[in-house]
Amino acid sequence: MATLIDLAQHYNYIVTIFLMMAGLYIVIARGNMVKKLIGLSIFQTSVYLLYIEPGKIIGGTAPIIDPAFSVYSNPLPHVLILTAIVVGVATLALGLALVVRINEAYGTVEEEEIVEKDRDV
Amino acid sequence: MKAVWPHLPALQVVIPLIGALLAGFMRRGTTAFALALVVSWLMPVIAVCMLWQVLSSGTISYHLGGWEPPWGIEYRVDALNGFVLVLVSVVGAVIMPFARRSVAFEIAAPQRAWFYCMYLLCLTGLLGIAITGDAFNAFVFLEISSLSTYVLIALGPDRRALVAAFQYLIMGTIGATFYVIGVGLLYLLTGTLNMADMAVRLAEAWPGQSPAVIAALTFVTVGVSLKLALFPLHAWLPNAYAYAPSWATAFLAATATKVAIYLLIRFLFSVFGASIDVRALPLSDILMALSVAAMFIASTVAVFERNVKRMLAYSSVAQIGYITLGIALANQAGLTGGLVHIVNHALMKAALFLAVGAVFYRACPMNLTDLAGIGRRMPLTMTAFTIAGFGLVGTPGTSGFISKWYLAIGAIERGWWPLVIAIMASSLLALLYVGRVLEVAWLRKPSPAIADASDPPLSMLLPLLVLALATIYFGIDTEWTAGMASTVAKALLGGVR
Amino acid sequence: MSLDLILRIGTKLILPFILLFALYVQFHGDYGPGGGFQAGVITSGVVVLLTITFGLEAAQRMAPQAVVQRMIPLGVLIYAGTGVAGLLLGKNFLDYSVLGHDAVHAHELGIFLVEAGVLVTVAGTMTAIFYAFVERGR
Repeated sequence: MATLIDLAQHYNYIVTIFLMMAGLYIVIARGNMVKKLIGLSIFQTSVYLLYIEPGKIIGGTAPIIDPAFSVYSNPLPHVLILTAIVVGVATLALGLALVVRINEAYGTVEEEEIVEKDRDV
Repeated sequence: MKAVWPHLPALQVVIPLIGALLAGFMRRGTTAFALALVVSWLMPVIAVCMLWQVLSSGTISYHLGGWEPPWGIEYRVDALNGFVLVLVSVVGAVIMPFARRSVAFEIAAPQRAWFYCMYLLCLTGLLGIAITGDAFNAFVFLEISSLSTYVLIALGPDRRALVAAFQYLIMGTIGATFYVIGVGLLYLLTGTLNMADMAVRLAEAWPGQSPAVIAALTFVTVGVSLKLALFPLHAWLPNAYAYAPSWATAFLAATATKVAIYLLIRFLFSVFGASIDVRALPLSDILMALSVAAMFIASTVAVFERNVKRMLAYSSVAQIGYITLGIALANQAGLTGGLVHIVNHALMKAALFLAVGAVFYRACPMNLTDLAGIGRRMPLTMTAFTIAGFGLVGTPGTSGFISKWYLAIGAIERGWWPLVIAIMASSLLALLYVGRVLEVAWLRKPSPAIADASDPPLSMLLPLLVLALATIYFGIDTEWTAGMASTVAKALLGGVR
Repeated sequence: MSLDLILRIGTKLILPFILLFALYVQFHGDYGPGGGFQAGVITSGVVVLLTITFGLEAAQRMAPQAVVQRMIPLGVLIYAGTGVAGLLLGKNFLDYSVLGHDAVHAHELGIFLVEAGVLVTVAGTMTAIFYAFVERGR
C-alpha cells in the first residue's frame, strides 16, 4: 500500500515514463517512416517533461526578483528545454524532409517496401 | 597574439561556426571550399596551441559570457580533450584538400556550397563536444554535429543514401535522447550541469552505488554507445558510411565516432569515476564482451562483404571494438591502448576511405570484382591503401601494432589471457578482409572497366600519402601518440576512486 | 484565384496586425513571456497565411526564397557577432557587459541583439521549412 501511495505521489514520473515507452515502442514497432518520426517526437517530448517537472517549486513564482515573493521556480530547466525543443523541431523537420525525398525516390515510405525495392536493383 | 591567447577555447568553436554561417551565404562551391579550407587549416593551430598550454601550465578553463562555473557554461581543456581536439582538427585539415575534386565529382553544383556549410557545422559540433565542460552543452553540440551529419550522408549520390540518413537520424536521435535523459537524472541528483562540479557533488552526496546514479550512468552509456556504434548498436553505421559522399565518409569515420568515444571516457572516468568504481560494475564486463563480439562478428561480416566501402564500414565497427576494449580494461596499459587506437584508427581509416574515394573518382565501380588490377592503374593510391590496410591488421612497423601491443599488455596485466588470443585472432580476420582487396587489386589482370583509370591529381593524392606515411611513422615513433595517450590515461586513472 | 472576397480582404487587413503582434512579443520578451523564438514563428505565420489565401507565387513575391534562405545564417551571424563584439572589446565570448556605458544597459543591448538574431533565424527557418514542403509534389 505504501508503495502505491508513493507511486501516486510521483504520478508525474509515471506519465513521463509512459510517454517515453510509448514513443520508443512506436519507433521500434512501426515500419512507416512518418509514424516512426511521430514516435520519436513523443519520445523526445517525454524528456522535456522529465526536465520541466522538477523545476516547478510548489508555491514558487516566476524567477524575477520582487520583494513580495521569496520562493521562485527554477528557470534553468525551462531554458534547457527551450533548446531541446528547438533541437527536436530541427530533427523532426530534417526527418520529414528526408521522408519526402525518400517518397519521391522510392514511391513509398514503408521501410519493408523500400528494402524490397533496393533488393530488386 | 597575447590578446588572442586566453580566448583560444572560444575561437576553436566560434571560427568554424562563423565559417559555416558565411558558407551559408555562398552559392558557389569553390568559394565555400576556399573558406572551409582556411577554417580547417586554422583549427589545428588553435588546438595545438591549447594542448601545448595545457601540457605546460595545466587545465584551461574558459567562462563563456564571463559567468563563473558552475552557473555559466565552462569550456574546459585538459590533456584528454586537448588530445581529441588536436586529432579532430588535424584530420579535418589534412583531408580537406581532397574534398574539392571529390565533392565536385559526386555532388550536384547547387548543393556543393551547402555541403561545405554542413561540414563546417559538423566540425563546430565535434570540436564543441570535445571542448565543453558542460553536460547539456555537450548534448547541444552532439545534435549540431549529428544533424549536419545526416545532411552530409543524405547528399550521397545514391538514393539509398536517403534511407541510410533516415535510419541514422532515428538511431542517432534515440541515442542523443538517452544521453539527455541520463544528464537529466544527474541534474536532478546534483543540481549542476558542469561536469567537474558534477563529479565533486556526486562523490559528496551519492557515494557508493546508489541506484539513481547507476540509472544515470546506464542512460548516458547506452546513449553515447549508440553514437559511437558499439557492437549491437552499430546498425546505422555500415549503410551511412557506404552511401555517404566519399569525402564525408572519410571525415566522419575518422572523427565523429572518436568524439563520441571521448564523451564516454569523460563520463565513465571523470564524472562517475570519482564516486563509483566503474571497474567493479557489470558494465565493465558487458563492455568487454561487446567489444570482443564487435572484433569478431563485424570482422567476419567484413570478410564476406562485396562492396569495399561497406567492408571498411564493418571494419570500423570492429576497430571501435578495440577502443572500447581498452576502456573496459581500465588499467594503465589498456586505456593507453584504447586512446592511442583512437588516433591510429582515425588516421588509417581516413586514408582507406580516401583511397576508396580516389578509386571512385577515377573508376566509379565499388564492387570488389570490378577492382581487379586497380593497383597497376593507380599504383600510388593503392600503395597508400595497402599501408593503411596493414595498419588495420596490426602488422609490426605500423601504428596499428602499437595499439594492439598496449591492449595485449593491458589484458595480461588484468590476468585475462584469452583476450590476447582474441586480439590476435581478430587481427587474422582483418588480414583476411584487407588481403582480399589487396589480392584483387595487385595480383589480378586489370579489368576493362578500369582501363583508363590512373592516379588522381596531387590535391587528392597528397592527403592520402600523408595519412599513409603517418601510419608508418606512428608505428615507429610513438612519443606523440602513445606517450601522450599514456599521460592522459595516467591522469584519468588518477582521478578514479 | 476565384477566392472569397471577404477572405482576401480579411487576410490583407489582418497581416499587418500579425506582424505588429510578432514585434510586440519580441520586445515584450524583456519583461514577460515572449522573445525571438515565439516572434519568429508568428512572423513566419504571415507567409503561411499569404500562401493559403493568395498562393505560393504571391507569398514568394513578398518573401523570396533567396532572402529566406539567407535569413537563416544572417540571424545566427547577428547572435555570434554580438558574442564576438564582446571578444573584441576584451571580454570573454558572449560577455555583453562591455557593450554599453554600464553593465545593466550593456546586458539589455546584448540580449536585444541576440533576440533580434533569433527572430531573423527562426522566421527564416520556419518559412524555409514551409516552402520546402509546399514546393514538393506540385
